[in-house]
Amino acid sequence: MQLTNRSKVVSNKVQSFSERIYFPAIISGMAVTFSHLFKKRPTIMYPEQKREMAPIYRGQHVLKRDENGAERCTSCGMCAVACPAEAITMTSGERKKGEEGLYREEKYAKTYEINMLRCIFCGLCEEACPKEAIFLTDRIVDADYERDDFVYGKDKLVEKVDKRIDVTKRQTPEVLAFKKIPGLKHNELYTDKLNKGKH
Amino acid sequence: MVEFIIYKSIICVVIFAVSLGIAAYSTWWERKFAGLLQDRWGPSRAGWWGLLQPLADGGKMLFKEEIIPNVSNKFLFVLAPGLFIVTAIMAGVLIPWGPAVSINGTSYPLQISDINVGVIFLLGVTSIGVYGIMIGGWSSNNKYSLLGAIRASAQMISYELAMGIALIALIITSGGTLSFSEIVAKQDAGFANVVWQPLGFIIFFVCAMAETNRAPFDLAECETELVGGYHTEYSAFKLGLFLFAEYINMFVSSAVMAGFYFGGYNFPFAHEIYNAMGLQEGSWVISLIGFGAYFVKTLIFISVFMWIRWTIPRFRYDQLMNLGWKSLLPLSLLNLAITVVVEYFRGNIQF
Repeated sequence: MQLTNRSKVVSNKVQSFSERIYFPAIISGMAVTFSHLFKKRPTIMYPEQKREMAPIYRGQHVLKRDENGAERCTSCGMCAVACPAEAITMTSGERKKGEEGLYREEKYAKTYEINMLRCIFCGLCEEACPKEAIFLTDRIVDADYERDDFVYGKDKLVEKVDKRIDVTKRQTPEVLAFKKIPGLKHNELYTDKLNKGKH
Repeated sequence: MVEFIIYKSIICVVIFAVSLGIAAYSTWWERKFAGLLQDRWGPSRAGWWGLLQPLADGGKMLFKEEIIPNVSNKFLFVLAPGLFIVTAIMAGVLIPWGPAVSINGTSYPLQISDINVGVIFLLGVTSIGVYGIMIGGWSSNNKYSLLGAIRASAQMISYELAMGIALIALIITSGGTLSFSEIVAKQDAGFANVVWQPLGFIIFFVCAMAETNRAPFDLAECETELVGGYHTEYSAFKLGLFLFAEYINMFVSSAVMAGFYFGGYNFPFAHEIYNAMGLQEGSWVISLIGFGAYFVKTLIFISVFMWIRWTIPRFRYDQLMNLGWKSLLPLSLLNLAITVVVEYFRGNIQF
C-alpha cells in the first residue's frame, strides 16, 4: 500500500563479483583520466603570458603628462573627494620659475599617493578629473610583500616621459564629450537628489 | 678478490645513486603527471619543465625546523625513518639490471647480489619495511600516528598473503627457481611470464600497490582522516626520508614487477636485433640495451602507479579488507590451481 507519493524505492542491490573487485570500474576511470592527458589546458603562464584584458578594464592608475611632458595634475583634489574608498591623498605645491616644463599649471601635486589595498578600482577618480590627468589602465597591480609597499607614490603613478601609457581606449570621443558638459552633470544630478532629500 | 670488491662497490654505489635519483625525480614526475591528468601543467617554475623541483623540495626539507615531540620515544622516533629507507633500498639489491658484462673472460652480472632464495628475501625485506611505519607511528605517541601505523600493518598482513600465493604460482611457471636473476633469464626464450600469469600479475600488482602504501591503498597516511597518518609528528628531513622511502619502494616494486612478469631486460626479438647488430654474447652494448629496456619498463610501471593514484579515490577500510581477504585471496588460490594444471600440461611439473 502506498501511503505517500514522495516515497522512493531504495536499491540495496548486492554487488556482483566484478563490482566487488572494482577492476572494470577502475579501468574505465583510468581511461577517463588518460584522455585528459591530451586535452587543451586553460592555464595562462602569468608573467610570460598575459591574459587579454577588456578594452575598458580598470587596473593600475596612471598620472598622465601632456604632449610636452609636463604633469597634467593640478592637485585640485576632485579625485580624492570622488574616491569612495578614500584611497587617494595628495599635497599641493606651487610651481616655481623654470619649472614650466615639469608642471602644466601653477599648482601641482607635490605628493600624490594611492593606497592600492584600499582602492576598489571603480574609476570615479578618472571620471571626476577635470584635467584629464588620472586614468585607470589595463595593467595589473603587482603582488608585494609589505602592506606599506602598496601605497603607490608619484614615482610609480606618473608615466615616464619616454614611456607613455596609452589610454585612448578609455578616452573615447564619448567620454571626452561627457566631460565637456559644464559643471559635471553626474555631480549635479547627485546634488539635486541630495536637495530633494532622497539618495 | 680486489677486482671483485671494486666491481661490487661500483655496482652498489651506482644502483644506490640511481635509486635515490629515481626516487627524487619520481616526486617531480608524480606532480607533473598529476597536473597533466588534471588539465594543468604541474611544476613549471624551477628549471625547464620544473626539472629542478626535487632540489627545491629537498632543500626545503633540509632547512625546515626539526621537531622531536617531548612525549615521544626519542630513540625509536629517530630510528624509524632510517629503518624505513634502509629496507626500501635493501630490496633493490636483488634486481638484475641487465645481461652480464664479460671483461677479459670474467662475467660481471649487473646485480648486487644473486641470492638463491631471492623471492623469499624480497618478501621478507618488504615486510620488514612496515616496521619503519609501525615504529614511527607508535613512538610518536600520537593517536593519529598510531592509527596510521595499525592500518599499515593490518594492510601489510592482508595483502602479503595474496602476494605470496601469486608468487608461488610464478615460481611454478618459471620452473621452481627462487632466484630473481634466473626468473628473468628464463623469460629470455619464449614469452614473458605475464602471458602465463595474467591473473597472477594483476594480483601481484594490486598487492604491490597496497604494500607500498600508494593510493588507493594509502590508508596509513590518509590526510583526510588521520592528519598525516604515521608521519604526523615528523618534520624536516625525517619526514623527507619517509616520503623518499615511499618512492624508492615504488621504484623497487616497479622493477620487481617488470622483472618477474615482463621479462626484465629481455624484450621481443632481442637476439635477432643483437645478431643483426653483430654483437657478441657478453658485450657491454648488449648489457646497456638490456638495462635500457628494463629501465623503460620500470618507468612505465611507476607511471601506471601514479596514473592509478590520480584516478581512484582512497578505499574505505572495510573495502580494503574485503578486497584483500574476500577477493584477492580466493583469486590467488584459483590462480595457483589453474597454474598447476597448466604447468602440468606444459611439462614444468612432474608427479
